Amino acid sequence: MPADALLEVRDLHVSFRTEEGVIQAVDGVSFSLQRGEVLAVVGESGSGKSVTVGTLMGLTRSPNAKFEGEAWLRTGRDGDGGDDLELIGAGDEQLRRVRGDQIAMIFQDPMTSLNPVQRVGDQIVEQVQAHRDLGESEARNRAVEMLDRVGIPRAAERARSYPHEFSGGMRQRAMIAMAFSCEPDVLIADEPTTALDVTIQAQILRQISEMREEANAGVILVTHDLGVVAEVADRIAVMYGGQIVEHGTIDELFYDPQHPYTWGLLGSIARVDRDRPERLPAIEGLPPSLSDPPEGCRFRPRCPHAFEACHRLPALERRGGQSPEHVDRCFLSPDEKHSLREVGGQVGLAARSTAA
Amino acid sequence: MSENGVGENGDQALLRVEHLKQYFPVKAGVVFDRTVAQVHAVDDVSFDLEEGQTLGLVGESGCGKTTLSRSLMRLIEPSDGTVAFAGQDVTHISARKMRPLRREMQMVFQDPFASLNPRKRIAQIIGAPLRLHGVPKADIRERVSALLDRVGLQAEHLNRFPHEFSGGQRQRIGIARALALEPKLIVLDEPVSALDVSVQAQIINLLDDLQDHLGLTYMFVAHDLSVVRHVSDRIAVMYLGKLMEVSPAEELYTKPIHPYTEALLAAVPVPDPRENRARKRVAVTGEPPNPIDPPRGCVFHPRCPHATDVCHEVEPPLTRYGNGHLAACHHPQRVSPDEIRAAERSSQSPLSAGEELPSPA
Repeated sequence: MPADALLEVRDLHVSFRTEEGVIQAVDGVSFSLQRGEVLAVVGESGSGKSVTVGTLMGLTRSPNAKFEGEAWLRTGRDGDGGDDLELIGAGDEQLRRVRGDQIAMIFQDPMTSLNPVQRVGDQIVEQVQAHRDLGESEARNRAVEMLDRVGIPRAAERARSYPHEFSGGMRQRAMIAMAFSCEPDVLIADEPTTALDVTIQAQILRQISEMREEANAGVILVTHDLGVVAEVADRIAVMYGGQIVEHGTIDELFYDPQHPYTWGLLGSIARVDRDRPERLPAIEGLPPSLSDPPEGCRFRPRCPHAFEACHRLPALERRGGQSPEHVDRCFLSPDEKHSLREVGGQVGLAARSTAA
Repeated sequence: MSENGVGENGDQALLRVEHLKQYFPVKAGVVFDRTVAQVHAVDDVSFDLEEGQTLGLVGESGCGKTTLSRSLMRLIEPSDGTVAFAGQDVTHISARKMRPLRREMQMVFQDPFASLNPRKRIAQIIGAPLRLHGVPKADIRERVSALLDRVGLQAEHLNRFPHEFSGGQRQRIGIARALALEPKLIVLDEPVSALDVSVQAQIINLLDDLQDHLGLTYMFVAHDLSVVRHVSDRIAVMYLGKLMEVSPAEELYTKPIHPYTEALLAAVPVPDPRENRARKRVAVTGEPPNPIDPPRGCVFHPRCPHATDVCHEVEPPLTRYGNGHLAACHHPQRVSPDEIRAAERSSQSPLSAGEELPSPA
């Protein structure tokens, strides 16, 4: 793996056997995460983004699940000389040791991820003591310090509260405090602000950003909200039907998007900073079924620009991107992409009827 | 204000809400429940909604927007105030007299997964309101098919169960059910919040088309300002049970008068990295206070960057600036001294609000 990568995922496949057949939830996903950066994984429900990150944490393990591929986590702390750990094949005990320590996770709904019958402070103490050789009072001081750092007022007092006594925003802060309590190298945040109000969302995003800088951690941010992405991310991977369809830096994705699905996503956002259009541009149709994905390009059935070549699956490679890291899965030529993505003066996906 | 539902500008308001209050008791006690406090969920709200128009109602969770929409429909009994529908007071009539009016006012709920009975087929779900209101059995199936077609679903979906549909399709079913009795008013409680962005746009466009074809009146409840802009003629911003600002839709985005509206606008992330870096953002700190014990004076003052002594003491009246733009603030933003001098106190101000209008300074 590259010397500076904290995490490297190679050709990850995850499938689940169900009564309706095999669901190919993740289909050949590769990416790496560097120290100090925020990688956003963007996609609609059912695109495989949550399964991808859940698999890294070992949360998708079950008798009907099948995994292929590798995910390497750099576990040796600087100068520590430790070996890297392969997360997909790691035993449960190995995984338990790094989870919460080197790699931590924040979930969408803090109420279901905090224990409702245990005091918030105790939950953080428990995590700290599981990974660090600290006494009860040291661990408790650490918990209070973390709660204070995420902006919970009167932290020592609030550490004795139960989760139900916290508001949604406070619970999410407590989750962040817990996630950062062992100074993880990698933080996975799965829709961390989706359940929150906009004014609280802005506060929480700022908090994650600050904590990342302090710990110099890498963050994987899973979200469907491109506004949130524009705010905090450095790189973006757009997922569709279990695959990454476009991957690049934030500026590349927003100002030089190559894949029609990315155009559609960018075009369909209701914006507060622009005049309102007559009609909101929508992506017609439905996301693909993962048990019976369309042949060739996954986006073909919804794409107004599809042509014969799209019946084969395009590889994820540099096509029209300005840098070698800007890769996508679309057969259209760079010139075609350039002209087709302009709809009414803005990036968007043309309606199927008006497209040739 | 008049009794017959004629608006201040002389138009007939389809829905007229006057000083509506919805309090919930907080009870305590071992043997006998005593009411120890009141949650001020909706605290003296007044507005008009004209036929064929859309009012967007925006606020954070806990501000009372859902409670307000439910007490309008009389799904809960309001504590005080009146709601008049097409000139008729619906707050004090019997349940029997209310029934024919229910045909005229329908609701679409936020969660398309929870609002459809999982054990009923689509034909039964959409047909239920028709059956209840006495449409002959022979006609029901045909009308249900027509409704499905209207919301962009196929007749082949009639015999399926809700779990066989995606979130967006379920919301279409919810809309078809609301349309079944040909209502005049539809209250849409966060109809797209649970949907993916690309599907949100489909549903918004559908609602738009239906309004054009059927002349519907909408009240569209949302928790942020981005989606509501695309559907609304007027937008009301609510905070802690009270209206902060009511404005023509576009003007709210170019000229927010109330600091709370400013904060809401600033908090919406813009999907444009360069603009984001350049944008100066007024971050509002803290969280909404407890509606059991709302702050004295202006309810927003503990979080407001412009608050002064008067905001701690006197509740600001809803003040009418030009162009039908109302705001309840002692320190209005983006209005000229002339506009402030020309402003007048709206009769829709809460009864507890002060008389004093903002002074041009």
